[in-house]
Amino acid sequence: MTAGTERALRVAMPWLAMAVFLVVWELACVAFDIAEIILPRPSRIFAVTLQRWDILLAFCGETLWTTVLGFLLAIAGGLVMGLAIGASPFIYSGLYPLLIAFNAIPKVAIVPILMIWVGVGATPAVVTAFAISFFPIVVNVATGLATIEPEMRDVLRSLGATRTEILTKVGIPRAMPYLFASLKVAITLAFIGSVISETVGGNRGIGFLMLSASARNDAATTFAGLFAIAVMGVLMYAVCALVEKRMTRWAFRGELVT
Amino acid sequence: MPANGPALVDLRQVSLTYRVGKEETLALADATLSIAKGEFIAVVGPSGCGKSTLMKLVTGLLPPSSGEVHVRGEKVVRPIKGVGMAFQNPTLMPWRTTRDNILLPLEIVAPHKQQFRRKRAEYAARAERLLASVGLGGFGDKYPWQLSGGMQQRSNLCRALIHEPEIMMLDEPFGALDAFTREELWGIMQLLWLERRFTAVLVTHDLREAVYLADTVYVMSRRPGRVVMTKRIDIPRPRTLETTFEPHFVDIVHALRERIHQEHA
Ligand SMILES: Nc1ncnc2c1ncn2[C@@H]1O[C@H](COP(=O)(O)OP(=O)(O)OP(=O)(O)O)[C@@H](O)[C@H]1O
Ligand SMILES: [Mg+2]
Repeated sequence: MTAGTERALRVAMPWLAMAVFLVVWELACVAFDIAEIILPRPSRIFAVTLQRWDILLAFCGETLWTTVLGFLLAIAGGLVMGLAIGASPFIYSGLYPLLIAFNAIPKVAIVPILMIWVGVGATPAVVTAFAISFFPIVVNVATGLATIEPEMRDVLRSLGATRTEILTKVGIPRAMPYLFASLKVAITLAFIGSVISETVGGNRGIGFLMLSASARNDAATTFAGLFAIAVMGVLMYAVCALVEKRMTRWAFRGELVT
Repeated sequence: MPANGPALVDLRQVSLTYRVGKEETLALADATLSIAKGEFIAVVGPSGCGKSTLMKLVTGLLPPSSGEVHVRGEKVVRPIKGVGMAFQNPTLMPWRTTRDNILLPLEIVAPHKQQFRRKRAEYAARAERLLASVGLGGFGDKYPWQLSGGMQQRSNLCRALIHEPEIMMLDEPFGALDAFTREELWGIMQLLWLERRFTAVLVTHDLREAVYLADTVYVMSRRPGRVVMTKRIDIPRPRTLETTFEPHFVDIVHALRERIHQEHA
């Protein structure tokens, strides 16, 4: 096998694996004569997806923007909070325990409260997405700051650098790869957050679509929603991974970038 | 000899105790020494005897547990500004090119800081000249991780020198290098010192290096470190690698080695 075909094969592998999975699924449904209401065949799910394309797209769009909005808020908030916690031992000892306690709350538990406060609609989904993706960003940014080499710090201090200068010249650049690494995790969590919120009590978004389809015993549409979620999740992850690679070339010492 | 000038750095009975939890480590005891302006001193001694600690005290990075440190006649209470520092590991910033790494002190140290934007091109040219003088001409655009260990260490020296500091702190900067590169850098270091006459403190485990570069060599005892021997090196400059084979040079190295061996006994 030449290097070229090997590489091509490696790229094709996930697609092959998925194709095999879907074929086995399809055959199993036919062979065991499984009722569509329990487990629809993939071919049926694709048919429904095409048939209800515009509805799916609209609901996906709603979920997408709530997720992205919550995620962007989490980046902004997480960056500020992470820098504050990483830069100051006082803020660290004051806020970190609170953050851990907050993070320990299953976020699905805050959705009903949010609904009391702001009603149904986009806001609970945005807030849930924010709340759930905030923590990993804070922790990562703070870690990046806290792990500045003491010698680097000494070099700067003996030049007469102020705390702010140390933060901007070393702290922030050093925290960047940590931030971007956390984005992959955070976007997935944000997505989970907004779908949970839609499912628990929403009137919009792909979570709501699935919930109402399942209430009508429309398994094919429910599964179509599930597929849409999977595709969106992978795409958002991929975007974050790409941004990470672009922005932090130095952290990989140029190696991973092709 | 520069050593006869007024003292630039003055340590008076300086001790330092590290406290980690309940555990206390006396790292340095009653260090008393003074460094004249423009003098090149070397500090040698067994590992863990407090040499790096001594550097941090001189630069004010650590406050002494007792005793006083004076620099330019003033008591040191906070990190003194504008010192050039080079450690055994190069601590270059991987997100900056080598040139931008070397320019870092100019972004921080007082007269340059304010002019940095305006004079950027001039400063970049200065960095380029400095790089060329350590044999790294044309490598400014490379990132540190694209350089070999020896090249990174040369860049590190450039960064310590670019703002023409009055005081240089060198903590085993040649320690991780192969013998050839190290000896080459001794030559470069001496040349730069002869040009600029900064005051330098060099910590090293290499006695030949200490004798080659320094005006005065201080030998420290095992922990807690005390200065147990002060050796003036009266070999004329510029010293060359040939010098290191001359009997007088070899004798001095032997005397130092003898004294350090006593510490290990
Ligand atoms: N931050 C610290 N906290 C606690 N103890 C420390 C700290 N730094 C150094 N020490 C202790 O102080 C002593 C002196 O350390 P120092 O780094 O000054 O030694 P050194 O002479 O530079 O050694 P080496 O030649 O191996 O670099 C050592 O015993 C070390 O364990
Ligand atoms: Mg040391």
